[in-house]
Amino acid sequence: MKRTASLVALAALPVGVLAVFFVLPVAGMLGRGLWPDGSFAPGAMLDVLARPRVGRVVWFTVWSSSVATVVAVLLGLPAAYVLHRLDFPLRGALRSALLVPFVLPTVVVGVAFRQLLREGGPLGFLDLDGTPVAIVAGLVFFNVAVVIRTVGATWEGLDPRPAEAAAALGASPARVFTSVTLPALRPAIVSAASVVFLFCATAFGVVLILGGVRYASVETEIYLLTTVLYDLQGAAALSIVQLVAVVGLLTVAARVRRVPDPTVQRAVPRPHRPRRSDLPQVAATALLLGLLAAPIVALVTQSLRVDGAWSLTNYRNLTTTGDDQVLLVPVTTALRNSLQTALDATWIALLLGLLVAIVLTRRSRSAGERRVRAVLDGFFMLPLGVSAVTLGFGFLVTLGREPLDLRTWPLLVPVAQALVALPLVVRTLVPVLAGIDDRQRQAAASLGAGAMRTALTVDVPIVLRPVAAAAGFAFAVSLGEFGATSFLSRADHPTVPVVIFRLLGRPGEGNYGMALAASVVLAATTALVILAVERLRVRGVGSW
Amino acid sequence: MTRHATRTSRSSRPLLVTTSLAALALIGSSCSFVGADGADGADGAGDAPTEEGSGPVVLLTHNDFSLPDEVVAAFEEQSGHTLDVRPTDGVGNLVNLVAEQAGKPSGDVVFGVDNTFASRVLGAEALTSYDGELPSGVATYALPGDDDGALVPVDNGNVCVNIDDTWFADEGIAPPATLDDLTDPTYAGLFAVPSAATSSPGLAFLLATIAEYGDDWPTYWEDLVANDATIVAGWSEAYFGEFTQGGSGGTLPIVVSYDSSPAFTVDKKQSATSTSALLDTCYQQVEYAAALDGAANPAGAQALLEFMVGPEVQAALPESMYVFPVVEGTELPTAWATFAARPETSYEVDPADIEANREAWLVEWTDVISR
Repeated sequence: MKRTASLVALAALPVGVLAVFFVLPVAGMLGRGLWPDGSFAPGAMLDVLARPRVGRVVWFTVWSSSVATVVAVLLGLPAAYVLHRLDFPLRGALRSALLVPFVLPTVVVGVAFRQLLREGGPLGFLDLDGTPVAIVAGLVFFNVAVVIRTVGATWEGLDPRPAEAAAALGASPARVFTSVTLPALRPAIVSAASVVFLFCATAFGVVLILGGVRYASVETEIYLLTTVLYDLQGAAALSIVQLVAVVGLLTVAARVRRVPDPTVQRAVPRPHRPRRSDLPQVAATALLLGLLAAPIVALVTQSLRVDGAWSLTNYRNLTTTGDDQVLLVPVTTALRNSLQTALDATWIALLLGLLVAIVLTRRSRSAGERRVRAVLDGFFMLPLGVSAVTLGFGFLVTLGREPLDLRTWPLLVPVAQALVALPLVVRTLVPVLAGIDDRQRQAAASLGAGAMRTALTVDVPIVLRPVAAAAGFAFAVSLGEFGATSFLSRADHPTVPVVIFRLLGRPGEGNYGMALAASVVLAATTALVILAVERLRVRGVGSW
Repeated sequence: MTRHATRTSRSSRPLLVTTSLAALALIGSSCSFVGADGADGADGAGDAPTEEGSGPVVLLTHNDFSLPDEVVAAFEEQSGHTLDVRPTDGVGNLVNLVAEQAGKPSGDVVFGVDNTFASRVLGAEALTSYDGELPSGVATYALPGDDDGALVPVDNGNVCVNIDDTWFADEGIAPPATLDDLTDPTYAGLFAVPSAATSSPGLAFLLATIAEYGDDWPTYWEDLVANDATIVAGWSEAYFGEFTQGGSGGTLPIVVSYDSSPAFTVDKKQSATSTSALLDTCYQQVEYAAALDGAANPAGAQALLEFMVGPEVQAALPESMYVFPVVEGTELPTAWATFAARPETSYEVDPADIEANREAWLVEWTDVISR
C-alpha cells in the first residue's frame, strides 16, 4: 500500500501537468475533428485516410525519418565515444558546441544549406539540392546531438573492465564492441533512436525548406489541413494516425530497450588520451564535426559580411530595433527574455523529468505495477509525436479562455517548452537511474547510512552528470523552441526566435544580416551556458 | 537486518526526493524573472463587461503585429483603456481561432484578417459591426460581401513579382513585365516563388494567376514549372535565399514579393533602388480589424477600431508593419514615397470564391508542381 501511495505521489505532478498541457489541448483538437457540430461523425475522417495522397505522405514520413535515424545513430556512436571517453583539449567546448544546431532557426539553417548545395555552391557538385538526400542531411544535422549526448552520458559511466577482460582473452576490438560494449549501451541507443525518429517524423521546416515543396510529410500535411484549409476533421484523422504510429513505435522501442539486467557496472573510468586504435572513431568524429560545422561556418561568415566587406555592423545593430524600427525591442532585450524563459523551462523540465525517471526506474513488484510503469513511460514520450500545430492551436482553443484561461500566465510558454524537452530529460536519466545497482544502496544502509546519506553518497554522484546533460538539453530546446512559442508568444516579452522570425519577414539586407547575427549570438550563448554548466558539474562531483 | 534497512531507505526515498525537488522548484522559481515581472500581466478576457472608458482591450492578432510604444500610449491616454496584445502564429491560425471561438471570444478585437481569409470569419458569424465613421478613402477597401460593415480596413499592400534591375542591365536582357513573360524561355530558371500552400504571398500569387487565366491557370503553372521556376517554402526563403538582391548570394533575379520591397533596396545615397515591382502582376492584400461578437469590452473594442484608422496608427503602418495605410492623405516615409511604386489596378478574386475553392485549388496546385 505504502509503495503504491508513494508511486502515486511521485507521479501525480508530472501526470497532472501533462494532462492539462498536453492531453487537454490535443483531445480538444481531436474532439473537434471527430465530433463536428457536436455529433459523432467519423465518416468524413475515414474519407480523408482513403485519399491516395495520404498514403504517399505517410510513406515518405516513415522512410525519411527511418533513414535519418539510422544515419544519426551510425554517425553519433563514434562521436559519443570520442567526446565522452577520450581526453583531449577543447573536448568540453566541442561537446557544448554540438547542441548549437538545436537552437538555430530552421529558416536560417535552410538558407545556409542551400548556399552550400545549390549549383555553384561549395557542395553544388553533389547535385543534392532539393532531393530527399538533402532532407535526410538536414534531419541528421538537427538531431545527431541527441544520439551523442544520450549515448555519451551512459558510455562515460560504463565500467571498462569487462571490455578489458574480453580483450585480454583475445577478443578483437570489433568483437569487444559487439559483444560487450554494444549490449551495455543498447538501452541508451534505443532511447536515443526513438527520440530522434520522433523528432524527424514531426520535423516541419526542414522538410519544407530543404525538400523544396515537392515532398510532403505528415507534419506538413497537418499544418496545411489545420491552418490553411481549416479542415479539422482531416487534421484529426492524420493526428490519430500519428498517435497510433507513435504508440506502436514506443511499444517496440520499450521491448528492444529492455535488457535482463539494466544494472550497469560503474567505475567511472578516467577518459584516456587517444590511442592509435582510436583512429577510426576519431576520423569518423572529425568527419561528422566537419559536416555539422559547414552550414554553421557559412552562417557565421555571412553574418560578418556587409556590402562585400568584413564588418561587425550586424552585431552592433543587435542593440537597436532594426531598419525602420522593425522590432519592438532590441535583440539584446529579447536575449534576456529568452534566457529567463529557458531558465524557467529548464527547472520545470528537470523537476518533472526527475520525478518521472524515479517513478519509471523503481523496481516493480508485480506485473500490474510493471504495466503501469510501461504505460507511464510511453505517456511522457507522446508530446514528441504530436504535431506542433495540433498542440499549439489546441492550447489556444482549450486554455485560452474560461474555464481555464492561462493565455497570460507567465509560465505558459516555459511549461510548453518544458513538455518538448521532457522526453529528452527522461530518456537521458532513465538508463542511468536504472543502471544503479540497488546493492550499493543496501551496502550504504547496512553501514549505517540514513536515507538522505544513502541518496547523497550513492544516487546523487551518479545522477549528477546526466542531470547536467539533461539540463543542457532542456535549456537548448527552450532557447531554440519556436513551434509552440509562436502560438503563445507574449507581445511584451518576445524571445530571440520570435524576433528572428520578424526580422526575416522584411526585405532589407540590414534585417537579414541582423537575423543571422542574432542566430549566431543565440547559438554562442547556448554553447557558453552549457559549457559553464558542465564545468560547474565537474567541480561539483568532487565536493560531494 | 539488511532487508529491513533497505525497505526503510526505499520507502522514504520518495519523500526525500519530493522535498528536495520542491526545494529545487522554490529556488528555480525565485530566480525566475518571468514569474516576477509577469505578475502584472493584464487579465482582461472573460472579465465582466467593463464600463466605458476603462478596462483593458484584448487584441487578438498575428506575430507580425507591431506598433511603436508612443502610439500605444496615445491610445491608452485618449481612450482610457489599456491595450493587451495577444499575438499568435500567422493569419491562418488567427482566423481559425476567431472562427472557433465565435460568440465566446478570448479577446475584444481581432486585427490581421486579410481578404484571402476574411470569408471564413464572416461565415462563422464571429464579428459585430463597427459603429464609427470611416475616414476618407477607407471604404474603397471594404470587403465585397461584408454587408454589415464588420471588417474595418486598416492597411493594404500588393504582392507583385519583383525583379533585380541591375542584374538585367548587366546581362543586357530586357526584363519581364507580365505574368505571360515569366513562362518565356528567356527567363527560364530565373524565377523564385514561395509555395501557395505554406505562405501568404505565395497564395496571393496563385490567386493572381487564377484571376488572369481563369480555369486555365493549371496550364500556366505547368509552363512555369517547365520554365524551371524555383518553388520554395516561404517568402523569406525566396527573397533572402534565392533572390539576387536578398543579401545571401542568391542567383535568381525574379522573385515574388511586395510593391513596397523596392523601398528596401535603396543605395546609400538614397538616390536609386536596385529592384522594382512589376506593376502588372500584382494581387492586392487588405488587412482588416473587427470587433468580436460577445466581447467582454465592447466599448473598448469600438474605441480601438476607431484608433486603428486614426492618424497615429495609419502613419506608423509602413515602418511598423511594412504595409501601406488605407486613409487618404496619410504621409509616407520618404523611401516609400519615392521608390515604392503602386499599381493602378491589381488582380482580385472574390473572397467567397476563395473560401469555396481554396482546398480544390491548393490540391490541384500541389499536384501540378509535384509532377
